[in-house]
Amino acid sequence: MSDLGQAFSQAFHMIGSLDPVLLEIVGLSLEVSLAALALAALVGLPLGGFVALVRFPGRRVVVVSLNALMGLPPVVVGLLVYLMLSRSGPLGGLGWLFTPTAMVLAQFVLITPIVAALTRQVMEDLWVEYEFPLRSLGSSPVRAIPTLLYDGRFALVTTLLAGFGRAIAEVGAVIIVGGNIAHVTRVMTTAIALETSKGDLALALALGFVLLGLAMGINAAASWLAEIARGHEA
Amino acid sequence: MSRIVTLFLAILLALPAGTEEPRPLLLASTTSTENTGLFDAILPDFEKQTGIPVRVVAVGTGQALLLARSGDADVLLVHDRASEDRFVKEGYGVERFDVMTNDFVVVGPPDDPAAIRGEPDIARALGRIAASESRFVSRGDDSGTHKAEMRQWRAAGIDPLAASGRWYLELGSGMGATLNTAAAMGAYALADRGTWLAFRNRGDLDLVVEGDPRLANPYSVIAVNPARHPHVNARAAERFIEWIRSPPAQRAIGAFRVGGEPLFVPSARPPG
Amino acid sequence: MSARAVERSILPGVFEGVGFERGGVPLLAEVSLRFEAGKRSLILGPNGSGKSLTLRLAHGLLTPSSGRITWGGDRPAVAASRQAMVFETPVLLRRSARANVEYALGLHGVARAERADRAEALLARVGLGALSGRKARVLSAGEGQRLALARAFATGPEVLFLDEPTAALDPHATRLVEGIIESAAEEGTKIVMTSHDLGQARRLADEVLFFASGRLQEQTPAAEFFEAPRSDGARAFLRGDLLS
Repeated sequence: MSDLGQAFSQAFHMIGSLDPVLLEIVGLSLEVSLAALALAALVGLPLGGFVALVRFPGRRVVVVSLNALMGLPPVVVGLLVYLMLSRSGPLGGLGWLFTPTAMVLAQFVLITPIVAALTRQVMEDLWVEYEFPLRSLGSSPVRAIPTLLYDGRFALVTTLLAGFGRAIAEVGAVIIVGGNIAHVTRVMTTAIALETSKGDLALALALGFVLLGLAMGINAAASWLAEIARGHEA
Repeated sequence: MSRIVTLFLAILLALPAGTEEPRPLLLASTTSTENTGLFDAILPDFEKQTGIPVRVVAVGTGQALLLARSGDADVLLVHDRASEDRFVKEGYGVERFDVMTNDFVVVGPPDDPAAIRGEPDIARALGRIAASESRFVSRGDDSGTHKAEMRQWRAAGIDPLAASGRWYLELGSGMGATLNTAAAMGAYALADRGTWLAFRNRGDLDLVVEGDPRLANPYSVIAVNPARHPHVNARAAERFIEWIRSPPAQRAIGAFRVGGEPLFVPSARPPG
Repeated sequence: MSARAVERSILPGVFEGVGFERGGVPLLAEVSLRFEAGKRSLILGPNGSGKSLTLRLAHGLLTPSSGRITWGGDRPAVAASRQAMVFETPVLLRRSARANVEYALGLHGVARAERADRAEALLARVGLGALSGRKARVLSAGEGQRLALARAFATGPEVLFLDEPTAALDPHATRLVEGIIESAAEEGTKIVMTSHDLGQARRLADEVLFFASGRLQEQTPAAEFFEAPRSDGARAFLRGDLLS
């Protein structure tokens, strides 16, 4: 357990001294995962809303598929995206492999199903309450999607946090498409994997604590903001 | 809807996506090489001289070869002679050059159940491990190190796979993970000296067998063939190979130390 | 009034042999009736008698399992834009009171530049002028219901459906809401309302449609209904016999 104690103190020291390498890695982690989240929200929120509100043939299949895709293994996503972005692959010409863009793309693929599936659930529950009043006012189900997304925004914050959590914590996807290149595509999770492979468990754990602290901080901030905003609404 | 698409593309394209000048060189190498810290030590010299930034993608040997084969890397630095020769023969590589060598060592638990400490003959050492059925962990991942390990078992006339799951454990892992497991289990393992010297989680593991010439581990550098993949950074790859074979770089390789110990022996033959 | 005169009226609303079932269970059977202009129609009956269902079918929110509903010859889906509905508990959007009304105006095709002023006017009409900036969700039950009415008026409806609009309100709020309903009726809006409150029915109804067990028992002018109802069910209901 001396590794654990050493890891704690190492983590505090790194944070306290604002170690520049650490800051660089944390910065890139946030950049990649937040960008992936933004993209996933752009696609997943309306998609979830659409599947929730609109009756179309094959809807049940889509719902089941979205729920199943929440369990996509990150390493599988990484492989698929790698095959697409490889020079020998269909999108190779873009030259995105081993850049942060590829990592964003991989995480986007990974977390969009989560955002969409959870949004669908929230919106379906809301629609039970809102359907008749909104249709009475003249809104079609499609027209009601943005309205309900906005009205359900507090519940949807949790959805987005779930997606972000999945992105910031995964390593399988970004390590394959990013290559864990120092100063270019190294993020918290790939750095942890690297230090583990070098046997530097204390450093790996320390980075892990930083990652945990980061995730906790973001979740706490989001909950707090949501509480405040909700307080204004009552 | 069109607003969503525009926003989507804006976010995606705002990220750095490999279009900087000067165009970087993508070097595919192995995690064991990267983990020694050699690249961190010598590459800045190349970057300073040529102004070309080097991006090292460190993966398993098999994956490094795949990257090079697919044209996702510009130059390859690995240590698996048979695969390297095939790579060039099949037209994916321009030419193979020697760069440096290091060696493999056997590490093991302090009680040394197979009684092989100091044994100079690797075949005899492996024979005693098999005979005593002492626990041995293998990378089992088709890497250069793993293939070297299998060659040694074969040369000793032993088929360890027959005992797979009993005293011989195939981990399917990288060198570091394998050493982590060996330390935790108190098992023997074959490791490249570089990873071993740099390894921070030895536990009770210690070096038990070294020095047999059959344990040599030679490294080669190969440029990816631009005839196969016209988009590769061929010019930068050429300059890299020229540089790493040059006397100053070779001296730097020889001077590189891990924990005060030398690791690599430069082996480039002068060009011409 | 003039705007409405230009468009074709959707009245009378006619039910011909309308039935509705859910999961094989008949909830409404053989309902035939006419909603005419000018009369305040009150739908009365015990719980589960089909009052709310009738309103929702009339407004096109549900489709009948049998029979036909027409409004001035049009299908309910077409006529719905000339109708509005207020529910027992209003569903208000998480935004300001004015924004709620502007939302309804937007759905109805009103230009963005006009929405703010028209919303204020509608809020003033229901006595919520001072609260237009307040978040709708913090309004009291009575204020929320008046906001729902303002929202309903935003579409300039020819027919206003109200489903137990004051069931959850205190007497003061009830009186305010009834006042708004009365003035809407005076301006020519056709009122179709459900209630289980006999006092309210006596106050507001011009005619009573009495439902029991999923059937229309009678459609009778109010004065006559409360003096001498035609059906046994109504007589029992007024006596207080039929359990709610």
